[in-house]
Amino acid sequence: MSNVQPITPRVREAAPSDRGHARNPGLAFDADAIDSLKINRSAAERRVATLPGRRTVKKEWQAAWLLKAVQCIDLTTLSGDDTPGRVHRLCAKAQRPVREDLLEAMGVGNLEITTGAVCVYHNMVETAVKALEGTHIPVAAVSTGFPAGLSPLPLRIKEIEYSVAAGAKEIDIVIDRGLILGGHYRAVYDEMKAFREACGPAHVKAIIGAGDLGTLTNVAKASMACMMAGADFIKTSTGKEPVNATLPFALVMCRMIRAWHEMTGYRIGFKPAGGISQAKDALNYQFVMKEELGRPWLEPDLFRLGASSLLTDIERQLEHFVSGRYSAAHRHPMG
Amino acid sequence: MSVAKILETMDYGPAPEAAGPAEAWLKQHHHKFGLFIGGAWQEASAHFDSNNPATGKKLASIGEGATADVDAAVIAARAALPAWAKIGGHGRARFLYALARLVQKHARLFAVLETMDNGKPIRETRDIDIPLVVRHFYHHAGWAQLIDTEFAGHEPLGVVGQVIPWNFPLLMLAWKIAPALAAGNTVVLKPAEDTSLTALLFAEICTEAGVPKGVVNIVTGAGETGRALVEHPGVDKIAFTGSTEVGRIIRTATAGTGKKLTLELGGKSPFIVFEDADLDAAVEGAVDAIWFNQGQVCCAGSRLLVQESVSEKMHAKLRARMENLRVGDPLDKATDIGAIVSPKQRAQIADLVKKGVAEGATLFQPKAGCPDGCFYPPTLLSNVEPSASLAQVEIFGPVLVSMTFRTPAEAVQLANNTRYGLAASVWSENINVALDIAPRIKAGVVWVNCTNQFDASAGFGGYRESGFGREGGREGMYEYLKRKHTAVKPAKPEIIRAAKAEAAPALAAIDRTAKLFIGGKQARPDGGYSRQVNTPGGVLIAEVGEGNRKDIRNAVEAAAKAESWAATTGHARAQILYYCAENLSARADEFARRIRQMTGVSAATATKEVEASIRRLFTYGAWADKFDGAVHNPPLRGVVLAMHEAQGVIGIACPDEPPLLGFISLMAPAIATGNRVVVIPSQMHPLAATDFYQVLETSDVPDGVVNIVTGPRDELALVLAKHGNVDAVWAFAGDARPIEAASAADLKRTWTSGPVSWFDNTEGEGRHFLRHATQVKNIWIPYGA
Repeated sequence: MSNVQPITPRVREAAPSDRGHARNPGLAFDADAIDSLKINRSAAERRVATLPGRRTVKKEWQAAWLLKAVQCIDLTTLSGDDTPGRVHRLCAKAQRPVREDLLEAMGVGNLEITTGAVCVYHNMVETAVKALEGTHIPVAAVSTGFPAGLSPLPLRIKEIEYSVAAGAKEIDIVIDRGLILGGHYRAVYDEMKAFREACGPAHVKAIIGAGDLGTLTNVAKASMACMMAGADFIKTSTGKEPVNATLPFALVMCRMIRAWHEMTGYRIGFKPAGGISQAKDALNYQFVMKEELGRPWLEPDLFRLGASSLLTDIERQLEHFVSGRYSAAHRHPMG
Repeated sequence: MSVAKILETMDYGPAPEAAGPAEAWLKQHHHKFGLFIGGAWQEASAHFDSNNPATGKKLASIGEGATADVDAAVIAARAALPAWAKIGGHGRARFLYALARLVQKHARLFAVLETMDNGKPIRETRDIDIPLVVRHFYHHAGWAQLIDTEFAGHEPLGVVGQVIPWNFPLLMLAWKIAPALAAGNTVVLKPAEDTSLTALLFAEICTEAGVPKGVVNIVTGAGETGRALVEHPGVDKIAFTGSTEVGRIIRTATAGTGKKLTLELGGKSPFIVFEDADLDAAVEGAVDAIWFNQGQVCCAGSRLLVQESVSEKMHAKLRARMENLRVGDPLDKATDIGAIVSPKQRAQIADLVKKGVAEGATLFQPKAGCPDGCFYPPTLLSNVEPSASLAQVEIFGPVLVSMTFRTPAEAVQLANNTRYGLAASVWSENINVALDIAPRIKAGVVWVNCTNQFDASAGFGGYRESGFGREGGREGMYEYLKRKHTAVKPAKPEIIRAAKAEAAPALAAIDRTAKLFIGGKQARPDGGYSRQVNTPGGVLIAEVGEGNRKDIRNAVEAAAKAESWAATTGHARAQILYYCAENLSARADEFARRIRQMTGVSAATATKEVEASIRRLFTYGAWADKFDGAVHNPPLRGVVLAMHEAQGVIGIACPDEPPLLGFISLMAPAIATGNRVVVIPSQMHPLAATDFYQVLETSDVPDGVVNIVTGPRDELALVLAKHGNVDAVWAFAGDARPIEAASAADLKRTWTSGPVSWFDNTEGEGRHFLRHATQVKNIWIPYGA
């Protein structure tokens, strides 16, 4: 394939959550690579509608896949009423997401299973970093005028710098959806590039606000523009849009990640967020990852689930696997 | 396997569907089945084994229906007919509704049983086959309910013999039985020998639903049982789905018997990917096209045509996708590709692939391979040239062959470069490309940006050697109905054999030996012979050319060349038909005299025939811009366009009488709908047609649209029936048998008929002529911004 020569990764920037993938350095802006994208909505919907019928995991396999999902959760609280107390509780849960007796019963008590990260607003970063001291759990901060992303650009960049200074190892930025709707991909690229620079060693997840973009083709274009500008992850939603993570969004974004990997050799992570509350949902996203991208994209360095209540449902399923009895939420410590 | 270990591998692990209930059902029957005849289980005199292809283990002994059993079933079906007709549309609707409900109620048992018997993955039987079966019965319960109003003037055919294949055992049963019963027929159905079990379970369901005895008869067996059914004189129609080879045998066997016939046969359907397609979507489409049901699908998109500019990219994506296909236990819920139906079929696939590689194709199969036994890995053979046997032959396995094209025109050319014409997929994000290409592909079903979509509301069936007739939709219902015989008997030819009427002309006329009319020109017959046309009393009127096979050849060539007529607007065709009427009207007296002279009818009758002919031309002028298709609403976001497309070149053998009206009544509906015709006019009275040359010439009928060859009718009609470039033959005179038998070679459509009341406007004209002149192409267009 003439136009998709893999670029050998050369520069490796060290980062705490980097498990061996070179960071995406981005490419020069390429309007053609964005303009030429087209997604057939009916076909995409058909693919994700039939996937849960094509793939399933049972028994030990289901338990293992759900544990893997736990490891990929960005345990999140993004509310106006967040307090240090609330964040403390969340961080405690992130360190011990599943009851010890269940982990022991499954023979994984020694694996130190934690969530992938804790995700908070900037003002809670310090609290979270302190609470997670001594663990390898990174703190992710939503940033850049989250969730609308419409504050002045210098402020948005500043916000990133503040959060990184406060100890955030991951920054979840939001793109200006209006720029996508207006066809200003270059502007999206430029802003994203500035965000990436501001992040420094912190990994940057680009939230494209898929539910605001109107079409799957726009979802593809926004994904491509962000990867081109150096995003480490692309993320569906803020959780505040009318429609948040969906399987069609996931499919399209994963296919863009695949295309990027084919083009450049770099692996970009994917994070669906918002509205994922059932264990079955998590499995379906995992199936999309494995089928469309492959095994490496099931690990937390390339896959995160932005969620809060999902964990409780997974715990209930795991208890059912261990005990054979259907479980209840109150049997699991809250986060 | 430990959870910790799986956390490393992240494999899927086994996810078996429980076979218990299906096994219990088999055990309950002691793994042995009889024949379902007249509502009761009859012992079979012999049995054969039905095996699970995935394990090779025997599932049950299946009764082998003997000729006497078939006989008994046909008698039972015949006996059930009057009462089944009498309960009426609503009564039948209730039974079809009950069948839908019961299949739904036992859906998982049907699904598991089907998977065990056939080897296809449980995902497909559970999510596709059985839901479609249920939908088919619901939909046809509706047709039964509406039959009196929507199919007024029609009646059931009688006893229908149905022979179905092994690739969709229960679904094909539903496609056959639901419309047949809705229309008021009774059936004798023979399942494929490899896959009888779900049909036997269905027989039980019929009992549970209280379907009257004899309405549904299931006679299991192999080829001989099928033959007995096809050849049974008590059967009024044969509906067959299976190989083109067997389809030909059935066409030959039923020739001249008056049995109605529908055939749904093989295919080599193109899957066309344009450079502006969503390639990832197209790759997934290819999975649904060729790796659905192990590729054992008559309409499988087995020929991948990719635009050169995206060929490498498409192939790379396809190969990557193939690596993720899981081949294995059909009862595992995460299996994509199950077992091939039988070791014999598997060997056939392997042989064809070997041959393809020997012919130079590049083979790709995923690294994972496939389990031992009756399995075959997904296979891609690229760089296959159109001339390679793999590009032409139906493989009926998980094998995709690919080639490239440069332009849309070349894509159409390659797509149509096949004897088959069942289905096609067109992938393009450009609505102009997709909607231009779809109608140009010779196939009964075209899927735009999707593939292997089926629904009871949209007819399914092929062009060319993929068979004829449609299953599903309104068009499918017509295949199980016939027009009620109108009270009007064909008028007895009024022949006045008085010597006076045939007095020789007073003056010696200038010799007017009519030539043939080919390609818009009057042409001398190739043989250089003429035939005499006499009055009823034997007095010579004139001579006409004695056409022979070469004249037919030339006429067909001219007709084929006039292809643009099909693309002419209905409005333009209407104008030309009206113009013909106008010019005929101007010469009405002359034509009436001629009719009188040839046939000896009264002046009034002759005038009436000319008047009726003018009216008929008006009728089809009227229809030319009104025989619209339909828009179906199957359960998807999108539309299905049912387009009426011309058959192509139609050969027509006219009845002797009435000479002008018979000719006009057949020619006009054919050309009104965009066909080109080669007409053999009344053998006895051909001058009505030869005089019509001048009408054609003065009415702007484009060259080659109407070609007329006078001469020995039966002989010439047979030449038409044997001509590979003739798409349909209408024989309204002479012996139907040789015509229908000859049509078996390329499975062209035939319409043979006894005497018709041509003067009667309900029998002599109308929609049934237009339906025969066209075939329905269903174009599926899912959409979504």
